[in-house]
Formats: sequence, structure tokens, C-alpha cells
Amino acid sequence: MKDDLVLRVKELNVELEGETVINNLSFELRKGDAVTIIGPNGAGKTVLLKTLLGLLPYKGEIIWKKNIRIGYVPQRLPFIKDIPLSVKDFLKLKRPSEKELEETLNSVGFKQNLLDKKTGDLSSGQFQRLLIAWSLIKDPQVLLFDEPTTGIDIEGEETVYRLLERLKESRELTVLLVTHDLSVVYTFSNNVICLNKQPICHGLPQKVLTPENLKRLYGEEVKYYRHKHLNAS
Amino acid sequence: MSSLLLSLTVGTFVGGVAGYLGTLMLGRRMALVAGPLGHLTLPGIALALIYGFDISLGAFPFVVLGIVSIWLFEMRTKLPMEALTAVVFASGVAIAFLFLPIGQAEAALVGDVSTVNLLDATISVVLMTLVFLTILKIYPTMTLINVSEDLAKSQGIKVKKYNFIYLLLIAIIVALGVKVVGSLLTAALVAIPACSTRNLSKNMLQYVLGAIIVGIVSSFSGILLSEFSGFPAGPLIILVNSVIFLTSTILKR
Repeated sequence: MKDDLVLRVKELNVELEGETVINNLSFELRKGDAVTIIGPNGAGKTVLLKTLLGLLPYKGEIIWKKNIRIGYVPQRLPFIKDIPLSVKDFLKLKRPSEKELEETLNSVGFKQNLLDKKTGDLSSGQFQRLLIAWSLIKDPQVLLFDEPTTGIDIEGEETVYRLLERLKESRELTVLLVTHDLSVVYTFSNNVICLNKQPICHGLPQKVLTPENLKRLYGEEVKYYRHKHLNAS
Repeated sequence: MSSLLLSLTVGTFVGGVAGYLGTLMLGRRMALVAGPLGHLTLPGIALALIYGFDISLGAFPFVVLGIVSIWLFEMRTKLPMEALTAVVFASGVAIAFLFLPIGQAEAALVGDVSTVNLLDATISVVLMTLVFLTILKIYPTMTLINVSEDLAKSQGIKVKKYNFIYLLLIAIIVALGVKVVGSLLTAALVAIPACSTRNLSKNMLQYVLGAIIVGIVSSFSGILLSEFSGFPAGPLIILVNSVIFLTSTILKR
């Protein structure tokens, strides 16, 4: 593997319960890349992240750079409300040192007074930050980020994407990001993978996100969203 | 008097550790699984009563059998675990009533901790200490698995191994629990302390310590109440638990 190559995926196929979820996907991730993955619901975006983490069976090739440290921000953790965990309790499950815990909390902009708050009582934006903090413990080189379907509320002065951008710079992270927000694709990523079970397009966002490709990717859905948007404004 | 001391010792150890394990089970929405498993012990208890050996000893293999068959059925049928538990436990109860000596049914159904001897008590205390230490060791990892198996796996945690240890601990608790509160009420011994303290706790430490304390206090006072009232200890332990639970729902803000 070349020095700056972090991940190589070749002819990846994932089948779950007899149904093809990802069909023949190939791409590469290089050090410092910010790659976004877009596609309609059920297109296999979350499945892709899980497969890359080794959580699901697959055919094809997934080769990570040796001894790479991967941080994972899952889409949501629905069961965490069943357990009375404070923010500190939760982060401690990953066994950080006191110093690392403090640094991590600072870097996601968490104030000290949130440490003792119950995770179930956090706002969705705060919870998103908590998950990012989780992923940063143990100093990852690559971040796999799965955006929640409901979107992320803007909170305080820094949006989650600004935060990701800042972390990417300061920690020299390579980021693979599932998102539903096309503006994030343009501002954040140098590469986009359009996925609808099959890879639809792949490359520079400004180049490959043509109206034709978007239509192939989302079908009627884009129209629907635009329509809704027009109504709202 | 010494027999009361023995019951109190067994009761507090089993109650405390059951409460502790219950916090893990509730986090997995599995609190009630101990119920059917408790019922499943009935054939084993019946055998123990007929042939005069320790009821926990009779109960244990049946709990293990129950857990294994539920697990196998689930893999094969993909039916929800709760539904399968219902199928399996009803069968266990049905078998038991074919040959359970009816005169001794009460001890099987609601427990009789007053009959434990020194050997029973020693074994229970040793086992409970071991179970306690094991829970203590696996607790952070199990909590992470309860929060998200994916997250745990992405940390390289062998989820299957931990689940196996966890089920084994449940089996031991249920087998000893039937001695204290009987097969009908074992679920409550595990579930109620965790429910009560979850109502009131803001973090892990409060939750866990609270459940252990509630488990100990309810078993201790239930057995004492039984000594003075003449009612069996099992139901009294559970009733004390229920009162604590009701109080916690009132105190919950």
C-alpha cells in the first residue's frame, strides 16, 4: 500500500438476509481526505460504514492501512436511554485517562457542567457532540461519521460540521461522512460517493453532482424535497 | 435463632447480587427473562424435593437447559425472545405439575429460605461472592454492549463471549433465587431493585449501589417480617420491594 493510502475498497458486495445492499463498490481513502457519502434512505450508507468497521459480512476487498486507529460515530444509540449513564459514565466506558477525557471534552466544546448530566437528558445536538467525543478517545486517525436521519440541530455558535472541520484540521483526521445535506457535501468534502445500492457517481462534488446524477441517485425524491422547500419559504 | 441468621445471610447475599445483576438486565430490556427462567426451574425443584437434594442444585441444570433452548429456538425461528421464553417456560411449568409433590408445592413456588443449613449457606455465600466479582469485572463492557453491540464490536470486544458469561450469571442467580423467593417470584428479585433505583438515579454509581442496597434491604426485612408474622419470606421480600418501588415512583421528579 502506498504511504498516503488509508483504505482501499474493491468490488465490495454486501448482502443482508438475501438482499443486495451494496453492489460492486470500489473507492480509496487517502490521508487527509474528507469523503462524503450521499444517497436516499435505505441506500446502504450506514451498512457501508458498518461493513468497513468489520461488523457485517461482505464479499470483495476492504484493506485498511496497518494498525490504523478508527473512530466511529454511530447514527444514534436508541438504547442508551434505558440506562442511567451520565456523560462521564458513558465516556469512561472507553477507558480514557483523566487528561484525555478532559481534552476530548474541551475539543468538542463541552462545558464541565455537562459531565454529570444524564445522557438521556441531552439535546440532540449535545448528544451528537457526545458521540463525537466518544469517537475521539484513543486518538483515531480516521473518523467514520454517520449522520442521524433527523439532521442535527444548530446549537451555540459552532455547528457540528464546523466542529468536524476544525477537528479534522487540528488532529489531521481522515474523514468518511454519511450525510443527507448536499451543502455539507460541497463545503466539507473533496470527494463524494453517491450510493443507491449501486455506486451512482464518485469524484469531486462540483464535477459529479450533476442534475442527471442527482436524479439517478434520488429519483423523484429530490423533486419532493424541493417542493417542500418552496412551500416552507 | 441461628437458623434465622443463616436465612438472613443467604437472603441478603442473594438479594444484593440479584439487584446488581438486575441493573444489567434492565439495561438490556431483559428484566423479565428471569421470570420464565424461574418457572423453568420447577421440574428441577420437584426432582430435588422428591429425592431430597438441594433445590438450587435441581434448579440450575433446568435454567441452563432453558437458556440454551431459547437461544437455539431463536436462531432457528427468528421469533422474538420474549415469545420463545413464553413457550419454553409454560412447558417447564406443565411438566413440573405432572410430578411435583403437591404438599411441598409452596416451597417450590414461593421459596423457603428458613430451611437452609450451614453448608447451603456457605455455598450460597461463596457463589454469590464469585458472581458479584464477575459482574464487577464485566460491568463496563456489558454496559457498552447494552448501549450498542456495534459500538462494542467496533472496539474489538468479543460480544458473544460476554453474552455467554452474562447468561451463566443469570442462571446461577435464578437457581439461588428460587431458594429464597421461589420460582414464581425470582424475576421480581432481579427486576424490582433496578426499576426502583433507575427512577431516582442520575448516574451509574447511584443506579448500581442503589439496586444492591434495595436488594439487601428488601431481603433482610422480608425475612425478618416473616419471622415475626409467620408468612413465608419470599412473598414478603417481594412486597417490601414493591413498596420501595412505589415510593420511588412518587419521589421521581
